[in-house]
Amino acid sequence: VTTVTRTLPRQSSRPPMNKRRRDLFAASPLTFVLIIATVALSIFPLYYMVVVATRSNDAIGTLPPPFTPGGNIADNIGRLLSNENAAFVTGMINSAVISLSLTVSVVFFSTLAGFAFAKLRFAGRNKLMLSILLTMMVPAQLGVVPLYMMMAKLEWANHLQSVIVPFLVNGFGVFMMRQYVSQSVPDELIEAARVDGCSTLRIYWNIVLPALRPAIAVLALFTFMAQWNEFFWASLAMGDPSNPTVQISLQHLSTGYYNDYAQVFAGTVLSILPLLAVFILFGRQIIGGIMEGALKA
Amino acid sequence: MTMPTTSPSQTASPPPQPIRPAPARRPRDVGLSRLDMRYSPYLYIAPFFVVFGIFGAYPLLYTAWVALHDWEVGTDNPTFVGLDNFTKILSDSNFWNAVLNTVGIFLISTIPQLLLALVLANALNKRMRGRTLLRMGVLIPNITSVAAVAIVFSQLYSRDFGMINWILHFFGLGPYEWQAYKWSSWIAISTMVDWRWVGYNALIYLAAMQSIPRDIYESAALDGASSSKQFWRITVPLLRPTIIFTVIISTIGGLQLYAEPLLFNGGASALLGGTLRQSQTVTMYLMEQFFSRSEYGDMATVAWLLFLLILIFSAVNFAITSRLESTGKRGGSK
Repeated sequence: VTTVTRTLPRQSSRPPMNKRRRDLFAASPLTFVLIIATVALSIFPLYYMVVVATRSNDAIGTLPPPFTPGGNIADNIGRLLSNENAAFVTGMINSAVISLSLTVSVVFFSTLAGFAFAKLRFAGRNKLMLSILLTMMVPAQLGVVPLYMMMAKLEWANHLQSVIVPFLVNGFGVFMMRQYVSQSVPDELIEAARVDGCSTLRIYWNIVLPALRPAIAVLALFTFMAQWNEFFWASLAMGDPSNPTVQISLQHLSTGYYNDYAQVFAGTVLSILPLLAVFILFGRQIIGGIMEGALKA
Repeated sequence: MTMPTTSPSQTASPPPQPIRPAPARRPRDVGLSRLDMRYSPYLYIAPFFVVFGIFGAYPLLYTAWVALHDWEVGTDNPTFVGLDNFTKILSDSNFWNAVLNTVGIFLISTIPQLLLALVLANALNKRMRGRTLLRMGVLIPNITSVAAVAIVFSQLYSRDFGMINWILHFFGLGPYEWQAYKWSSWIAISTMVDWRWVGYNALIYLAAMQSIPRDIYESAALDGASSSKQFWRITVPLLRPTIIFTVIISTIGGLQLYAEPLLFNGGASALLGGTLRQSQTVTMYLMEQFFSRSEYGDMATVAWLLFLLILIFSAVNFAITSRLESTGKRGGSK
């Protein structure tokens, strides 16, 4: 379903024309150098993160800087885990709970609403869809003050509700799912199921959801990564050092322990492990999602 | 809406099979089914509107009200002050300093970022082995969290033992204290932003490039157009909508810059963007009203001004990109 897989066979199945054609789209050595250099620059800071996280602070404070990993990782992680001011473990657990629950909820509500907008007829459908698109254009900062006041009043501030409940569903997800439903589920199939006596909920569950599987994977991945990385709102709503998200824990670490680089970097390495795992397992889907999204925009 | 496009292929394939034999329907079922068809859509879209109404629309409108008040954090008795907050903020030189920093960092990060992304996309568009792996390689910075990126880069830029000063010393430069000056902190923060976003934008451009018919390039090549000429005269003009899209997205994101400068500075003056506010952005200034001054009213005022700034810049950038592109198109061989 991804663009990557779709374009490959199309190009290779074409009969080779003349020599000129092949030369035009072949990668030149310069192209290769450019790409390899970019990939190296992209990976280096991550590699360096590992280098620092596995070294002692003495080794970090030398010139030339260390280029290879050392053997101090256990020691550094030990200092990190016993550091009560950063509450790093709490941060990891909180972020996992937030990201996973929001992934489930965003996918569920977005597919449901996307299905309704794409396949069901109701009064005001287009106007309501337009209003959802408009909500996507307002920057998060604009409403942040009253939202925080609300959280303070509800006594949700510094509790997980404050970063979960306001984000249970968003315009992006609904819009994306509406696009996918209208493309991947034929009207005839819905019609047939309805003639058959299926309720709309059954149609959603038995026909729409299975057809949406690839799109659901993309939305789930995007949501998980965005929530794991969320910083701005969390720095307000989860500012209490004893109950942070993982990003806020990193912030406390980096501002309070800037002379213990090894410990801070051990934290950054652990904090990106879930992202790396997701990326290695589903990189193809993520890339496909970005590229297909670009075509629809 | 999708009927005209889907029906030709549908008529070619056999009609969809019923999932199970149609049951004999009783009148009650028909009534229920009609109710279901008429009202269930509202039920399905309700979660969005409930969540957005309470946590999105209401705060948005209420911001305007808060901005008109002198309202201290933790108190329940705001005083109405009209537009005083706006005149106060607009005459605060720290606000304008934050605007300058935000716009400065935005310009020196976004322009190279999008140009590099275009060049990279053009390279990735060539035929080569291991495409998925290479694409993953350029996208990996984007999946890394902002906090982790900022922490690593502030170490790379550290004065005494940072990798960047160490490399520069071979060229007889430095050592620089990157956090200490406007120009240097702007550059450092921009490299962080670009490291994270070049690959992402390149994939977006790549997607658009793949939809350009290859014959156009072939005929241009037959006419003797060099590859750089093809790039500037064909690829770039045809990417016009995509470029406008990325410019607008970068504008919205870039003007809200917060975590990168905050963590890059670190320490006690993190929220100020350094002791002399070298790299305090508007969003950091907004948060300063909360964390240092406990002023809801001023915070809401800054939020409005930031929104205005984003609107102005989006409009200006839209105008600039549209013009640049259409002049390119005029010169381009079609």
